[in-house]
Amino acid sequence: MDETALRQAVFATLRRIAPEVAPAELAPDRPLRDQVDLDSIDWLNFLLGLHDALGVEIPETDYAALVTLDDVVAYLRARLA
Amino acid sequence: MIEFRLPSLGAEMDEGTLLEWKVKPGDHVRKGDVVAVVDTSKSAIDVEIWDEGTIYELVLDVQETVPVGTVMARLLEPGETPEHAEEEKRKRAAAVAGAPTPSPAVPAARAPVAAAAGASPAAATEDRQRVSPAARKLAAEVGVALAQVAGTGPDGTITRDDVARSAATKVPPKDRWSEMRRAIAAAMARSKREIPHYYLATDIPLAAVTRWLAERNEQRSVTGRVLLAVPLLKAVARALVRYPEFNGHFRDGAFVPGGGVHLGVAISLRQGGLIAPAIRDVDAMDIDELMRRLADLVARARALTLRSSEMTDATITVTNLGEQGVELVQGVIYPPQVALVGFGKVTVRPWVEGGKVVAAPVVTASLAADHRTSDGRRGALLLAEIARLLQDPGSLDEAAR
Repeated sequence: MDETALRQAVFATLRRIAPEVAPAELAPDRPLRDQVDLDSIDWLNFLLGLHDALGVEIPETDYAALVTLDDVVAYLRARLA
Repeated sequence: MIEFRLPSLGAEMDEGTLLEWKVKPGDHVRKGDVVAVVDTSKSAIDVEIWDEGTIYELVLDVQETVPVGTVMARLLEPGETPEHAEEEKRKRAAAVAGAPTPSPAVPAARAPVAAAAGASPAAATEDRQRVSPAARKLAAEVGVALAQVAGTGPDGTITRDDVARSAATKVPPKDRWSEMRRAIAAAMARSKREIPHYYLATDIPLAAVTRWLAERNEQRSVTGRVLLAVPLLKAVARALVRYPEFNGHFRDGAFVPGGGVHLGVAISLRQGGLIAPAIRDVDAMDIDELMRRLADLVARARALTLRSSEMTDATITVTNLGEQGVELVQGVIYPPQVALVGFGKVTVRPWVEGGKVVAAPVVTASLAADHRTSDGRRGALLLAEIARLLQDPGSLDEAAR
């Protein structure tokens, strides 16, 4: 999966949880949860969505590495490689 | 014949707008089937039916806004013939026409809109409004409720011109946000007017339960991970089994115990405002099942696809404002419920344990309760029981009591 497709998959998952999000308005290098109203259940549903869409397992200990949208995409790329 | 009426989907709801029929005449329905989608001031709700039968006729049109209690559809009971239904309909129409005014408790089937066009009141109340196909199409396109259009065609039929005229004078679409504020204001003002609230709070150490959760989650895939909210909800449900006077409704001057522990979970909505749909029988559910139900409920509340039973079943509400950073919640009870349990932010605080001060994760749990049905002493015992249960998280995972 190339970078663009991966980014699209992440956005699609995010929009299922927060339909009001406009991808163009998100700063990919700023903390995601500061820009989108995601509580802990939304966040878990987001990770569940990524797991279902991409088959990537994200252990709880890796949450700290997933702050910005760029972080999430880079993490998934590494795990899918 | 069964009359399916618009149910009240919460203390603040007095009308709803039909968005979609999920059934058509001839369909067989069973208890719990979703038959329609109705827009309330808060959310679009899947409305379930509680009778078994065959859809005979759909009375309401899509986009019509009607008061709670309005007949939406008629069903044939199992074994009933259409002829029998027609006869019963005539009888009921005659009874309505004979009554001086409809009882306010049971609103008339329809506002007598056709009366303005000269039809007889009985026919107007009970018969379907005649609408030309072109008018119906235009009304759907421009979002005009046919119930609010006066027909000027033959026999009071609503014509395309009538709809066009109505559309021209139509008030702009209602602002959902201000409607939600109005709805919350009505329910909360009623609560504060009618319910003599008292408030209690206690600090609960969470070291045991956070350790238990961390160990459990570490070994699990994201699909099986459990959030702290789950054991908190479970402890509340278990404690309510022991102190049932906090679990139920206050109706007609008396407390009616809940037929199960159905926790209303306060969920903030993305467009602002909040909603508190219920998870049924939480006391009898294991931790994994409760987590799945909670994640599903939150996702659907945020996506605005809740079911009608979820809006009316709650026997108590639990609110968790911890993620917003506050430590103490002093809640307003959601009528007709009699109590609300709140949890604040989990913070690491100095805690005395075995004569020593340790740093421990602590949450402040609070209770707002109705003094008509309980007293502070029992409220204190309820909070103490929640605290006690959270010290033994393994026991919370047992499905059965």
